[in-house]
Amino acid sequence: MNLTLKVWRQKDKDSKGRIETYVVSDIPEEASFLEMLDIVNNQLIESGREPITFDHDCREGICGACSLTINGIPHGKGSGITTCQLHMRKFSDGETIYIEPFRAKPFPILKDLMVDRSSFDRVIESGGYVSIRTGSAVDANSMPIEKEDADTAFDAATCIGCGACVASCKNASAMLFVSAKVKHLNSLPQGAPEKTKRVLNMVNKMDEEGFGNCTNQFECEAVCPKSIKSEFISDLNRQYGTALVKEALK
Amino acid sequence: MNLTANSLIKFYSSSIGKKVIVAVTGLALIGFLLGHMVGNLKIFAGPEKINSYAAWLHSMPIVLWGARIGLLACFFMHIFTTVMLVIQNRRSKGSRYVYQHTSKATGASRTMIWSGIIIICFVIYHILHYTVRFANDYDSQAYIDATGKHDVYKMLIDGFSWWPASVFYIFSMALLCWHLSHGFSSVFQTLGLRTDKTWGLIKAAGYAYSLTIFVGNCSIPVSILAGWLS
Repeated sequence: MNLTLKVWRQKDKDSKGRIETYVVSDIPEEASFLEMLDIVNNQLIESGREPITFDHDCREGICGACSLTINGIPHGKGSGITTCQLHMRKFSDGETIYIEPFRAKPFPILKDLMVDRSSFDRVIESGGYVSIRTGSAVDANSMPIEKEDADTAFDAATCIGCGACVASCKNASAMLFVSAKVKHLNSLPQGAPEKTKRVLNMVNKMDEEGFGNCTNQFECEAVCPKSIKSEFISDLNRQYGTALVKEALK
Repeated sequence: MNLTANSLIKFYSSSIGKKVIVAVTGLALIGFLLGHMVGNLKIFAGPEKINSYAAWLHSMPIVLWGARIGLLACFFMHIFTTVMLVIQNRRSKGSRYVYQHTSKATGASRTMIWSGIIIICFVIYHILHYTVRFANDYDSQAYIDATGKHDVYKMLIDGFSWWPASVFYIFSMALLCWHLSHGFSSVFQTLGLRTDKTWGLIKAAGYAYSLTIFVGNCSIPVSILAGWLS
């Protein structure tokens, strides 16, 4: 395949970035998007130029490290996949592809296509955990959990924290991410003791980190590689209200 | 008490709290729209009915002024809080994408601030026109009916007979319908009152409600311009 790539290049955090054009040829259709970038980078290195910096890790769609906004869509076209699972056969020969970083104030660009998503880690640190006794593992099924609750918690737990929701949102809102984490832990008995504290702390931290507000457009839901549902956002709104009332009456 | 005050401050300063304020005030305004429309549709029942209805409303000054002040408070809170949210959101947004793409956001949801601004202009004009009756003679003797009541019927006929007023009215109602088509379902989303199962129904109800408000309200100027009411 022959492609024209319009890639965002930015020297470092404080530099001004710009789009640079690369005309590439002989890209195999079976290559993943990241493998395509590897091929381009090899060519850049061979010709003595600076390779394109981008995030990646497991390359099997489960770690949440890869990012990239491809033709305006975080993780590119195709639903329920991360960039590493996007293959070049989805593009047509001769196509022009725009590759940009995930753009949001709380995700500062470090270099080229690589962004700093540690704001998500700080939101998790504020409440995305359960305080449990460590040591030997408890017996399986010793704590009965309704099938429906277990399923809901699991659906929410599939969030890999990649940040595509924030990147797709015109307000850089992290509501889909936070709602998934809250829903996951608050649906289970293990998360129940810290339920109120969790939702208050995580929402406060989300605001503090500078994420925007949800305007109910659900772009996040459309691009989420794990198909996290926007009904969790509605649920987070309700849980937050309930938690505030509980705290006020305490 | 102090804790309650603290919680209120915390609530308003949070992103979700502000959105709840926008949703609750929006819901109050949505409710008012239906009441206002149903009342005004009495024009089709003739001058006697609508004039008596207006006189009845004015016979309860405490209720009338309570409702007016309450609605104005909702109106300003809705606008003020939205502006705060928009400012916050602009701050959160990083650099703009070179390649712009929209996956599923509706046109109405992306233009809420613009439809809202035009609706504000309309509301100011509408209140000056028929409530304050500024720069017109709707308070004069010519607008007292045979039974001594304010002739609301004649005021509406004369007001909408000037076609630019009717055109602006219909245009504003179209924008209001557009604004509500996103706003109605958003209330349920923001207040945590929806699931994936109910979402389709809520959205359909929102479209039906917006369309009802549009058709109901526009039927008045259209009937007057067409000469069906005179």
